[in-house]
Amino acid sequence: MRTLLKGNGAVARAVQMAGTQVISVYPITPQTSIVEELADMVAQGRLNARFIKVESEHSAMAACIAAASVGARTFTATSGQGLAFMHEMLHWAAGSRLPIVMVNCNRALGAPWSLFTEQTDSLSQRDTGWMQIYCQSAQEAFDAVIQSFEVSQRVLLPCMVLLDGFLLSHTFENLDIPEQGTVDKFLGPLKLPHLLDLARPATIGGLSDPDCYAAFRKKIQIAHDQALEAWADVGREWGELTGRSYDVVDEYRLDDAELVLVASSTPALTAQVAIDALRQRGIAAGLLRLRVFRPFPANAVRRALAGKHAVVVLDRNCSFGHHGIFYQETKSALYELPAADRPPIRGVIAGLGGSDITPEDIEQMLLQGSAGERLEPVTWWKMLPEEEAVEAEPCAVTK
Amino acid sequence: MDVMQTQYDPVNLHLPDRELMHSGHFGCPGCGAALGMRIAMKAFGENTLMVIPAGCWGTLNGPYPFAPLKVPVLEVAFATTAISAAGVRAGLDMMGKHDVNVVAWAGDGGTFDIGLQSLSGTVERNDDIIYVCYDNEAYMNTGIQRSSATPYAAWTTTTPADSPKLEPKKDIVGIMAEHRIPYAATASIAYPEDFLRKLDKAKAIRGTKFIHLWVSCPTGHKSEERHSVKIARLAVETGVFPLYEVEQGVEYTINHEPAFTDVTEYLNLQGRFRHLDAAQIETTRRNVDWEWKRLRAKVVMGRELLLQSRPPTK
Repeated sequence: MRTLLKGNGAVARAVQMAGTQVISVYPITPQTSIVEELADMVAQGRLNARFIKVESEHSAMAACIAAASVGARTFTATSGQGLAFMHEMLHWAAGSRLPIVMVNCNRALGAPWSLFTEQTDSLSQRDTGWMQIYCQSAQEAFDAVIQSFEVSQRVLLPCMVLLDGFLLSHTFENLDIPEQGTVDKFLGPLKLPHLLDLARPATIGGLSDPDCYAAFRKKIQIAHDQALEAWADVGREWGELTGRSYDVVDEYRLDDAELVLVASSTPALTAQVAIDALRQRGIAAGLLRLRVFRPFPANAVRRALAGKHAVVVLDRNCSFGHHGIFYQETKSALYELPAADRPPIRGVIAGLGGSDITPEDIEQMLLQGSAGERLEPVTWWKMLPEEEAVEAEPCAVTK
Repeated sequence: MDVMQTQYDPVNLHLPDRELMHSGHFGCPGCGAALGMRIAMKAFGENTLMVIPAGCWGTLNGPYPFAPLKVPVLEVAFATTAISAAGVRAGLDMMGKHDVNVVAWAGDGGTFDIGLQSLSGTVERNDDIIYVCYDNEAYMNTGIQRSSATPYAAWTTTTPADSPKLEPKKDIVGIMAEHRIPYAATASIAYPEDFLRKLDKAKAIRGTKFIHLWVSCPTGHKSEERHSVKIARLAVETGVFPLYEVEQGVEYTINHEPAFTDVTEYLNLQGRFRHLDAAQIETTRRNVDWEWKRLRAKVVMGRELLLQSRPPTK
């Protein structure tokens, strides 16, 4: 059924249709409309769930972990600061091997305060053991939430679904919502092998010795390896039911492309416009979109980029003291290619704190250096002129 | 509202025979927190799910794959005890398992300090759990550092004898009462029947229940292992740790009128108080006297209020 929904509304609808049993959320912009919509659904009996209105994001994740430990399907949502505040519990959720699903509406981190989108919040959680999937449309967000519940319970890893704050969370879209029966057919029942069970008293999460600990860690890594296959399988199975198939990466005019942009989330959709414009001018441009980021689809990235003339990676994030994170990860994957197939690669950091990334920006990013000028390996896009930036003290003085 | 006299008769204890805590825990000899759990499990029974954060009981519960308790245990991150218990409750409710006792079991650091925010949220929402704080009055598991439950002038590794803690212990039951919690009580391992009665009462009440259990700690209190119960008893009989309960945040009942033995009887058995000079001992006496005045005033205030009206039900 065609339905007009915002990104956040699509998320709430997916959480409802997945039969989520325990929801624990703390409000934060721009995620808040998810928690409001879910609160209405539970209050009106449209969703049979317990909704724990916690006093912090740290507690929101703790409640999901506890409820999932006794077998409940759980969900939470957050943004930026909230995700950062949850950090300890993200490790705990993955270490506990619980299929918790969370939506994070990407938001730049303070200080200084910002409300707008940036991916440093979720990317700085990349080592917590969570799966991460970046969406470019409300339809994808809906589909990804349902798929995340299925992949999570197959491989026993928690999953984070990422929506660009405001650009996706608050943009209306006409999307296809499947019948409830379709979702029920797709999403199997939750069965945990390590459920806390009164008939079988056991401790979960207790003190481990170093050897056991290392073995548990290795199992998380193995589960991530299996998750890559699971995402491909689930993307295909969802396609058979709904007509919308997904892979771990997404390609646009890539086959015969020489000049390739690597991007994620909504800028990847913007990039399609830029690619079309460049093609019209006879430039063989193409796009590789990173959809699943953890586990990292290294093989798919290598297959897509081997032998290309040039690769530009767009990062709306920065790992200070090094580079943009998608750039680092892409470059690292390409190192395993034979030297002859390894394309030249550079990074662009753009759109931090929600500043706009237009199709024209992306065209220029791709064409940068084409006149033979020398470029730094990483460029910061459209920054304040240096003299202005020096003036921009990290404080606002009351005058 | 009259004082309900709880007698101390260590020879003729009336406790259930059942044991759901078995040998092999990793506590120190003479550990009051271990004794507290053993007594508590007699009240909770098998239909119980225990939530334990970091702290002494995170160690006592045994390294993987050992476990001394005959009930399922969820070990959780330090700050999350109360909300984790609330999460378990929500999950079990969705499974239709409404009759399970969900128990949060945390030390003073996990309760008075790092876990206070999530505890406050849980009590405010009145989630249906029993929360027991076993209070050994410092961060004993990390090697005896001051907590906000550490009493006036006590030695710890972060409050050395020449730079003592000048603040009194945080009034955690008072904080719970001001949330209008349905039931809060203090208890002692030296008065197991009183403790059990309070746990049985808590089990029958819906909403959040809070028990503040005083436990001795030979390692941290620098006391003799054989004195663990004696010191706990003296904490009560000197008036240092009153036994009382409070319902709906207003109805205070003192459960045991102590002998008010001089505090030196209690202080002298513990090396953590060895450095106290006469003035500090006198301050301790005055603190005890003041706390009892505060408590008796709450009893009177609650009694007068209840003559006029009943608290609105939650």
